[in-house]
Amino acid sequence: MNATQSSLKPARERATDTLADTPLLVIVPDSQLFHLNLREVWNYRELLLFLTWRDIKVRYRQTVLGAAWAILQPLTAMVIFSIVFGQLAKLPSDGIPYPIFTYTALLPWNLFSGALTRATSSLVASSNLISKVYFPRVLVPLSAMMSALVDFGFAFLILIGMMIFYGIVPTWRILALPFLLFLALAAAFGIGLWLSALNVRYRDVNYIIPFVIQVWLYASPVAYSSTLIPAQWQWLYGLNPLTGVIEGFRWALLGTSWEPGGLILLSALIVAFVLVAGLVYFHRMEDSFADIV
Amino acid sequence: MSNLALRVEHLGKKYRIGARQARNGLLGDEIVASVKRPMQRVAALFARDGHAAPDNAESFWALRDVSFELAHGEALGIIGRNGAGKSTLLKILSRITKPTTGRVELYGRVGSLLEVGTGFHSELTGRENIFLNGAILGMRRAEIARKFDEIVAFAEVENFIDTPVKRYSSGMYMRLAFAVAAHLDPEILVIDEVLAVGDTSFQKKCLGKMGDVTREGRTVVFVSHDLTAIQALCSRAIRLSHGELVGYGAVGEQVGAYLAQNRGEAQNDLDHPIALTANTQLARFGFTPNPVITGQPLVFNLEMQSARAMRIDELAVLIFDALSRRIALIDLRRSGQPLKMTGQDRLKLHVSLKQLPLVEGEYRVALWIRSDEVTLLQNDLVALNVISDVNEGDFVPYRAMARGVVELDYSIARE
Repeated sequence: MNATQSSLKPARERATDTLADTPLLVIVPDSQLFHLNLREVWNYRELLLFLTWRDIKVRYRQTVLGAAWAILQPLTAMVIFSIVFGQLAKLPSDGIPYPIFTYTALLPWNLFSGALTRATSSLVASSNLISKVYFPRVLVPLSAMMSALVDFGFAFLILIGMMIFYGIVPTWRILALPFLLFLALAAAFGIGLWLSALNVRYRDVNYIIPFVIQVWLYASPVAYSSTLIPAQWQWLYGLNPLTGVIEGFRWALLGTSWEPGGLILLSALIVAFVLVAGLVYFHRMEDSFADIV
Repeated sequence: MSNLALRVEHLGKKYRIGARQARNGLLGDEIVASVKRPMQRVAALFARDGHAAPDNAESFWALRDVSFELAHGEALGIIGRNGAGKSTLLKILSRITKPTTGRVELYGRVGSLLEVGTGFHSELTGRENIFLNGAILGMRRAEIARKFDEIVAFAEVENFIDTPVKRYSSGMYMRLAFAVAAHLDPEILVIDEVLAVGDTSFQKKCLGKMGDVTREGRTVVFVSHDLTAIQALCSRAIRLSHGELVGYGAVGEQVGAYLAQNRGEAQNDLDHPIALTANTQLARFGFTPNPVITGQPLVFNLEMQSARAMRIDELAVLIFDALSRRIALIDLRRSGQPLKMTGQDRLKLHVSLKQLPLVEGEYRVALWIRSDEVTLLQNDLVALNVISDVNEGDFVPYRAMARGVVELDYSIARE
């Protein structure tokens, strides 16, 4: 009887009723399999920025060289690769001077590996936050990744200098860069979601990650060109989404002969899959973070 | 019930003790366990209740079947011993962890404060930490900017605001951290033991600020071991014991029950006769009610027996405070008749006190006796617990320590 009456109320009156009578939030045990509350993440966007800003600020405080570290790392790698693979092993570099050939690959690679490493340890590093305050947990790996993007920005300035030095003029292909960047980040995020959640439970992940990164570096065309891979194995090689991203970078910036096409599509599909699976897994695990971290 | 702020229904939280062990465990152990676990799950399917995980010794309920409601503008205190489930309840209310059973409905924005200075980074300056901590606690940037000066003034750190907090004294650090938290204004505020920080004067300031918060009509859920603070700030309380709700009602009543539960009935009155001498026994000795509310009447009962006839010259009850200072004496010679016992007749005394004007706290009761047989001061016979009434003024009372021993009965007229 009561229920019928209330549903017969004029619409406006009902609306005010709803404000007072329906809970703003209900906490229940179960949660759906896939539930990324984008609106909530959006509501917490300021926190995301603050956490990112904190990471960046704290990382280089009390260092002598400060942000120069963001440049030194890829520069050193470039010098070593140029000597070992360019000069000694004389690997082909598609007609591009070897230093810039490898540096262009090191940029997305460092972005990916940096983002992945930081995302993986992020939850454990923020354990005090997680066990004391609520916020969408996904912000933690996300903000950790964002600081890798800042390092990328600094390192990119050097690339611009090198392009001027070698007289390489970018073409319209450079427009593909944001997409490739996004792909690299999405790949790091997808895998980072898995590994950060796993790391909460099994600290083994911390030990595995440097090893994985090292193997992955040589499985990606950073120090060499993917044309070195025999044609019948290209499909397998293409399963590594970084192949598409890195060759894409060279294609977009240096104008290498590599054609994006199917490979980049495959990379995008794999990244999308990893990302969705990562979000599902992360969501399944996040309720227990505070209990076991 | 449109005035409802939160409703908790049959809330339960189960922890796997195994999960704690796996915390630093390695993958190898877990692989073995992960082979076992699906088998256990399958077995559980055929079990009576059909629950997913077997309810074995490896798990325990930190909270079980807890239900209560809280109206807007009410301040609820949660009392209970360590491990009673207080923190677990707060963690669920502030969404840090999910319940295993039951549900919580929240009718308003929740802000929680389970720790002072969460997310503070020692390398960052006071100013930076205010913004960072504010954002972590759920404040908008604009909101923090608006309250910034107020926060800094409250924390009294104006001169150090651009200094990294690692150079702060611990007092300054705590003040700043509390100041940010104190300026949080959600509709429902969840607080855990925050007052246990800082020096006494700052604690007073915090208590005052929290009093403001409750008087503003904000809904507060508050956990503290400080029963005085709970009584000062809260109107209602729930009492938890071993994860279960054992009491729910007015704060004075619940605090009293908690104290009683803690001391155990035995100590409030003698549970077995005490031998004073070879021949004399104390069969009954204690106050009722106990705990008693400040300013309320109470009675004292004494019952003694002796194997032989005995005349008592002096008999007195002594009350000591927590610092072992003698507070009061009840001279039992004033009973009007000689204090005598024969082999059969017990000495039974019944003392009525019009009111007990003592500040809340725990008092110890002793007996002084001088007879032809013995002269004796028997200390620490029972505890007398005094609790304060619900505070009705619109101010926060001073702490018990600050108020001395005697609670005067007075009224103030204003011309």
